[in-house]
Amino acid sequence: MSKTVDLSVELAGVRLKNPVLVASGTFGFGREYGEFYDLSELGGICAKGLTPARREGNPPPRIAETPMGILNSVGLQNPGVDAFIAHELPELRKHDLAVVANISGNTPEEYGEMCEKLSEAGVDLIEVNISCPNVKAGGLAYGTRPEMAAEVTQIAKHHASVPVMVKLSPNVTDVTEIARAVEGAGADAVSLINTLRGMRIDVNTHRPILKMNTGGLSGPAVLPVAVRMVWEVANAVKIPILGMGGVAKAEDAAQLMLAGATAVAVGTACFADPFTPIKVRDGLAALAETQGLERVSDLTGAVQPW
Amino acid sequence: MPVEQICTIVSADRLNEFAYSFTLEAGKLVEQQGLRAGQFLHIQCGEGLLLRRPISVSLAQADDPEDLVRIVFEVRGEGTRWLAGRRAGEKLNVLGPLGNGFACGPKDRLLLVGGGIGVPPLLGQAALTWGHSTAVLGFRCAERAMLVEDFREKCRELHLCSDDGSLGFHGFVHQKLEQLLEKDADYTAVLSCGPKPMLRSVAETAERFGVPCQVSLEERMACGVGACLGCAVQMADGTMKHVCKDGPVFDAREVDWNV
Repeated sequence: MSKTVDLSVELAGVRLKNPVLVASGTFGFGREYGEFYDLSELGGICAKGLTPARREGNPPPRIAETPMGILNSVGLQNPGVDAFIAHELPELRKHDLAVVANISGNTPEEYGEMCEKLSEAGVDLIEVNISCPNVKAGGLAYGTRPEMAAEVTQIAKHHASVPVMVKLSPNVTDVTEIARAVEGAGADAVSLINTLRGMRIDVNTHRPILKMNTGGLSGPAVLPVAVRMVWEVANAVKIPILGMGGVAKAEDAAQLMLAGATAVAVGTACFADPFTPIKVRDGLAALAETQGLERVSDLTGAVQPW
Repeated sequence: MPVEQICTIVSADRLNEFAYSFTLEAGKLVEQQGLRAGQFLHIQCGEGLLLRRPISVSLAQADDPEDLVRIVFEVRGEGTRWLAGRRAGEKLNVLGPLGNGFACGPKDRLLLVGGGIGVPPLLGQAALTWGHSTAVLGFRCAERAMLVEDFREKCRELHLCSDDGSLGFHGFVHQKLEQLLEKDADYTAVLSCGPKPMLRSVAETAERFGVPCQVSLEERMACGVGACLGCAVQMADGTMKHVCKDGPVFDAREVDWNV
């Protein structure tokens, strides 16, 4: 790791020792990849999405590989917010990294209730998921309508005593409309992009691979969409952005930062190489050094559009 | 604890039209990480594919300078086609050991019931219980058979079955299993691996004779370590478990066979 470049960034008032987090739903609660390396290497973790009560998720198959991507229809399988606070958060706290709790509710009140519990439990940041494509209620329904996105954000802010970041869906005509709505409702940051809705069909059986028929696309295939949307949102709002979507190497992360992201999250790439976040961090430092930057944060928003 | 390991292919053999057997030099995955047959390795298959491919371990043996691990796989798609094209001397990037493997000991008297590409993971259990166990191996036809001599050497009895009658008993493995259990049901356990409908029939048969049954399941998998929750299987109690972390081996009574 470079000693000359300052890797630290500040996201919605939360100090991160480096700008590389891991994306919700791709890293569990850190236990599994924590067997490969110390989680303190990470800037932070967006933990697996939580709901008020335990959820078993969708029936299998839940995974379909696509060209440079995967479709998933996991459906928010999780042990529930109370189990996270009791069993997972204390484990994560043994390491030096920012803990971001990701929440999904069926009603605005459920978001509020979880925000209260998680704030009290002392997470660093709450990521409000209004963009899960794999559940019927809540989720994406909140993320595609500006007024509903604003309502959820307002309630989350009212009940949270830690910063609130809203995770935006790319499955909308104009992402800036939603971004502006949640900024107006008090969001401290936005994260994007969630997965893009997609489908894959087995031509021999004429059946979709996923039991839910459709799922969310992630992986390197979605990077250009993420870069474009981060750029659009960065031009539309003043709050900081956690950029994600297809990051597999330092140059990908640098693109998201140049487009306007303050920090980035690595997701699907960990499935191929668990060490990706560390490699991205070190690669970002090297890239910043090569370009003569003192701080990696100098990359943020530094794109020079034509 | 799983690690990332660069393995050298020591030998690469073709077993039939679709199946390949590789022996890998696998660092100290056996001696230090406790890798054993029935667990799996998550193997990077070329540059162009995003996901690794989970391949079960047939035999795992501590050795010097490196432990030796045998994997057997069938060409199912792009990833395994790439893998099949590797030659001795080439290197593979693997994550492992992953998954739980079968619960059994060297003194156990096992009934090993395998179908198709479900046969290889049972070989290690035949080796572990050398001379005590009985194997029932089913294949679509004689041309698709594999590892027959390996099992014959290690098992007390070997029964072959084929769907078309071109090899051994003409019928399904659970029918042969039933015949065997009718004569003698004094087995420690039935261990089975193969397609899900076969496993269901094997589990029902074992249950009927009161013999504990462990099954090794498959599901489309992404991370292989338990982080993404992709490879879910439904349990009889309504919960979801995951092939990569909770399995691939499950107690047959845990599994919801009706989905």
